[in-house]
Amino acid sequence: MEHSSRYIVMFAAAVCAVCSIFVAISAVSLKDRQELNARVDVQKKVLALADLMGKDERLGNEEILQRFEASITPRVVNMGTGSYADEIDATSFDQRVASKDPDRSRPAPTNLAKVQRLPSHGLVYHVQKDGKLSSLVLPIEGYGLWGTLYGFIALAPDARTIRGITFYEHKETPGLGGEVENPRWVGLWPGRLAFDDNWDVSIRVKKGAAGPPESDPYQVDGLSGATITSRGVTNMLAFWLGDDGFGPYLEQYRASRSVTRSGASGARDEAKGRPVGSIAARSI
Amino acid sequence: MSQEREALLDPLFNNNPIALQVLGICSALAVTTQMKTAAVMSAAVLFVLVCSNVSISLIRDHIPASIRIIVQLTIIASLVIITDQILKAFVYDISKQLSVFVGLIITNCIIMGRAEAFAMQNGPKLSAVDAVGNAAGYGMILMVVAFFRELFGSGKLWGYTVLTPVTEGGWYVPNGLMVLAPAAFFLIGCFIWVVRSYKTEQVEEEFHVGALLEPGHEGHVR
Repeated sequence: MEHSSRYIVMFAAAVCAVCSIFVAISAVSLKDRQELNARVDVQKKVLALADLMGKDERLGNEEILQRFEASITPRVVNMGTGSYADEIDATSFDQRVASKDPDRSRPAPTNLAKVQRLPSHGLVYHVQKDGKLSSLVLPIEGYGLWGTLYGFIALAPDARTIRGITFYEHKETPGLGGEVENPRWVGLWPGRLAFDDNWDVSIRVKKGAAGPPESDPYQVDGLSGATITSRGVTNMLAFWLGDDGFGPYLEQYRASRSVTRSGASGARDEAKGRPVGSIAARSI
Repeated sequence: MSQEREALLDPLFNNNPIALQVLGICSALAVTTQMKTAAVMSAAVLFVLVCSNVSISLIRDHIPASIRIIVQLTIIASLVIITDQILKAFVYDISKQLSVFVGLIITNCIIMGRAEAFAMQNGPKLSAVDAVGNAAGYGMILMVVAFFRELFGSGKLWGYTVLTPVTEGGWYVPNGLMVLAPAAFFLIGCFIWVVRSYKTEQVEEEFHVGALLEPGHEGHVR
C-alpha cells in the first residue's frame, strides 16, 4: 500500500511524540534515585579510603549516608588563599559543578594533568576517628589515556604521609589502565610520602616496580601496559597537591596545626623555612 | 511443533543469533568478563527485544514502508534509553561497569534483525515469544562465555572466589587472556564448534579457491 507524504510525516511525528513521552517520564521519575546513587557511590569510596568501611562490607544506601555524616566533615576551601570558606554550605557544595560554572571558576593554567578549569573553591573532607582528625581527603582529577579520571587522595594529619588513593570514575581500558581500581595497586600507596623535605610534591608513579614505602617513599609501581595512565596519575597529583591546586590550603593547614612528624617518615627534619608551630591554633 | 514453540526454542540451538547468525558479537565480547554483568546485559536485551518486537508488531500495518527502518530504530532507541535509566536507578554499580554497552544495545543487530525479519510480519503474541527465544539464545551464550571467562580469568564465579588466585595467597595463576576481549572470540568459536558437531546441518558448504580453476567444477565444492 502506498502512503501519501502527508501520512508519512504525520506518522513519523506521532512515533517521535509517543517515544519522547516515555523517555521523558522515565528520565524525570528516576532522576532522584540516580542522583542519590551517584552521591552514595562517591561517599562509599571516601569511606573505604578513610578506613571506615571494610573491604567486603556491604552497606545499604542509608547506612552509607549515615556513616558518612557521622564521621566525615566536608569543608569548603578557598583555592586561592587556602583558608576555609565557611560562608558556603559544604553539604550541598559540588566542586565538579562549580568548576564548570564560569562565575565560580577560571581557566586553569597550562598543566600536564590537562585540567581545563579551576574552581575558585574546593571541597575537602576531614575524617574524624575517636574524636580526632585521622585523615584529610582531597579530590583529584586529571587526564589519563581515554578520559578524565576522578578520585580522591587521603593524607594523614601530618599532611604529608599518604593514607590511600581511590578513583571513582574513569574511562581507562579494563585490565590495563583500569587497574587504577585494583585493590593491590591501591594498596601500594599507604605510607608513602606526597611531599619531600622542602614540601615540594614528589610522589610519582614510576615505570617498573618501586621499593617498600620505608626505603622508596616517593615512588609507586607503574601499571604495566598503562604508561600513559600511570603518568596521568603522577601529573594529577602534582597539579592538585601543588600551588595551583590544594597547595595553599595545605600550607595554611600545616601552619595552623604545628606539624609534628609521625609514623612512616621517621626522624626527618621538620619542614625547612616554614613558620611551623608559630600559630598553633587548632581551628580545624 | 506449534508455531509458538518453534519461535521460542529455535533460537536456542537451531538458529542461535550469536552462534549461527553471528550477530550481537560486540556486546558479547565486551560484557562477558563477569557473570553478573553478562546476566544484567542479557536481561536488558530481553526487555528491549520483547518491548520492541511487540510494539513494532502492533503498528506493523501502519508503518509506511519507506520509513520503516527509522521508525524501528526510534522505538528501539527509546527503549534502550529507558533501560539505561532503570539500570542507573536500581543497579548503579553494574550499570557503571556496563557503561557504554547498554547504549550500544541500539546497534545490536539481533534487535533490528528480529524487528525487521519477524515483528513486521507476525502478530504481537508470536513476536513476543520470538523475542523471548532470541534473547534467551543470546543470553545463554553470554552466560556460558562469562562463566569460563570469570572462572579462568579471575578465579571467581558470580563475584565469589572459587579458585584463590596467587595474588591473594592461593595457588591459581589467573589467565590474563581470559579478561581481554579476544578470549570471548575463542570461547564463542568453541561454542559454535560444539553446536555444529552436534547439528551437522549448520555446517556451511566449504569453499576453496582452487576449485574455481579446476575444469568442470562450479566453484562451490564440498
